[in-house]
Amino acid sequence: MTGEAHTDSSLRQLSYAEAIREAMDIALAADERVILMGEDIGVYGGAFQVTGDLVHKYGEDRVMDTPISELGGAGVAVGAAMTGLRPVFEFQFSDFAALAMEQIVNQAAKVRFMLGGAASVPVVMRFPAGSGTGAAAQHSQSLEAWFGHVPGLKVVQPSTPEDAKGLLLAAIEDPDPVMIFEHKILYKMKGTVPDGHYTTPIGTAAVRRSGADLTIVATSLMVHKALEAAATLADEAVDAEVIDLRTVRPMDRDTVLASVRKTGRLLCVYEGVKTLGVGAEVSAMVAESDAFDFLDAPIVRLGGAESPIPYNPELEKAVVPQVPDILNAARQLAGGTV
Amino acid sequence: MADALHQPLQPKNGQENEPFAIRSYTPQQLKDALRKMYLIRRFEEGAEDSYMRGLIHGTMHLSIGQEASAVGACMALTDNDKITSTHRGHGHCVAKGADVSKMFAEFFGKESGYCKGRGGSMHIADVEKGNLGANGIVGGGLPIAVGAALSAKRLKTGAVTVCFFGDGANNEGAFHEALNMAAIWKLPVVFVCENNQYGMSTSTERSTAVTSIADRALAYAMPGSTVDGNDFSAVAEAVDTAVSRARDGQGPSLIESMTYRWRGHSKSDRNRYRTKDEISVWMKRDPIGRMAKLLRDHKIMSEDDIAALETEVEAEIAEAIKKARSGPDPLVSDATKYVYADAAA
Repeated sequence: MTGEAHTDSSLRQLSYAEAIREAMDIALAADERVILMGEDIGVYGGAFQVTGDLVHKYGEDRVMDTPISELGGAGVAVGAAMTGLRPVFEFQFSDFAALAMEQIVNQAAKVRFMLGGAASVPVVMRFPAGSGTGAAAQHSQSLEAWFGHVPGLKVVQPSTPEDAKGLLLAAIEDPDPVMIFEHKILYKMKGTVPDGHYTTPIGTAAVRRSGADLTIVATSLMVHKALEAAATLADEAVDAEVIDLRTVRPMDRDTVLASVRKTGRLLCVYEGVKTLGVGAEVSAMVAESDAFDFLDAPIVRLGGAESPIPYNPELEKAVVPQVPDILNAARQLAGGTV
Repeated sequence: MADALHQPLQPKNGQENEPFAIRSYTPQQLKDALRKMYLIRRFEEGAEDSYMRGLIHGTMHLSIGQEASAVGACMALTDNDKITSTHRGHGHCVAKGADVSKMFAEFFGKESGYCKGRGGSMHIADVEKGNLGANGIVGGGLPIAVGAALSAKRLKTGAVTVCFFGDGANNEGAFHEALNMAAIWKLPVVFVCENNQYGMSTSTERSTAVTSIADRALAYAMPGSTVDGNDFSAVAEAVDTAVSRARDGQGPSLIESMTYRWRGHSKSDRNRYRTKDEISVWMKRDPIGRMAKLLRDHKIMSEDDIAALETEVEAEIAEAIKKARSGPDPLVSDATKYVYADAAA
């Protein structure tokens, strides 16, 4: 059995970064229209070594280093997407999206609509996001909610290597602009990744752990923290269901509402700033639906502090939800009825 | 007509001193070019009149006075070639071959308009003819044009992209980033700056450190030239040279086309930043009058031919407005259609 496992591709382990690279490799090999663009993605291999050695396999014409011109580079990707290419544009850090918002929000998101469907923008933008690397306030943000507020964009946050590959392949094949927020802390995380081509559907959440007592809706790195908390809670006879939202826009309403109807309790855990963040939308979605009638307690949100990300490692940890925060919130939420 | 213009004619003996347009184009091509210039002028007047009558919602930016720039620049292009346009983009759209009735339908918010009534004046586009769209953001089209040129190079379509923008856009970061990338990748794109002297109310003198915007080409190692944007032949010649260079794989060029808008920036403009004298000086440099004179002087069209052409264009505009007005309105239930390819998303 162990001998078989070694060659059984269904148990093949790749890191999150390797899984993303494999998706790009598959897309580049399958479709001449696919190109990669970004800062230092060629011989350097990308700031986080995600593109790695792809430039050696596909050449500089298809794995294009751009100048440090986020606005212009994103705009070139948009124009290329409108005219037949399938660009995958890597931002070095998601924070740098602020330099390119014009092209993303005013152009990419709106071209199809403004032109009455006469053109489309099948561009993918990849954003290394999140805190935990000591990179301080301008290299650590979780900005997915900005993009989730823009009709015309699709926004995904894979939390596992398998989904990182499947969602990227789905994004490349999608006719509309897809923004992928990849958590930097996850890049080295290993997980099972199927061989070859497959897609993970955009707009579908995944139930990572089934449970009866409370629903934890989490995104990205917070999924792993929520699962860790859920394991501890299980020892305390609290049975938490953990939902990995995976897509911020369009949000998987059905999976979230079905879970809340079952458990009657909702805890949202996300790294972005709490106010007006992803969890606010999840909460409102539940509050506006029939699932509200199933709630046995007020909804609780755990999000990032109302603060930029600090440099000091202890402070950095303090401003985003950690496992003990999730445990405390879950215990209070489940308290008295379990 | 544009398809035949890919290759300019070789000058005949004795024509060396004639203007480029006379040397390079057939009489029919020149008549068609003058017709398009009239069509733009009457289109803009028809749009203005429709606006006054309350048929057009919102605002618009008229290009009256800039017709030579739009038509001259598109002479070297085929339907395979692309343009990106600006908020003052009606002329570019007509010059690239659009149906004026479908343009009016768009302005009237009709389902039968180019953008199904979702875009209006500021987003007018005609993708089938290669017009990737006007743009409500100053400088927005510049990187997009470079992207279109990147596609052409990678997919070997042979297409050249002409990127129209105004003097105002030359102070946007997007201008500098786009020109730099076009140059480092030697992409087939021609940047045509229509310098009409003002970004809304602010003159280039007050907004721009260089006297000539074409000088900025030097910073991006590409040819830069300034032409009289009200001289059809001068614009056509400069863009033709740049397009040939782009098709030959030699990369981008920057052309500054000096022109003037007779009307205000938009419908809210009270013209407080320029004098009547200045406007009247520029109106004497009317690009259409100059083109008509060129054709008369070269016996390509007579006074009567030109009068007949004007009458024909006026009738075409009147008919186009009539047809556009009778088009269907979009359904309110379809208000959010076209946000995504998959309407369910």
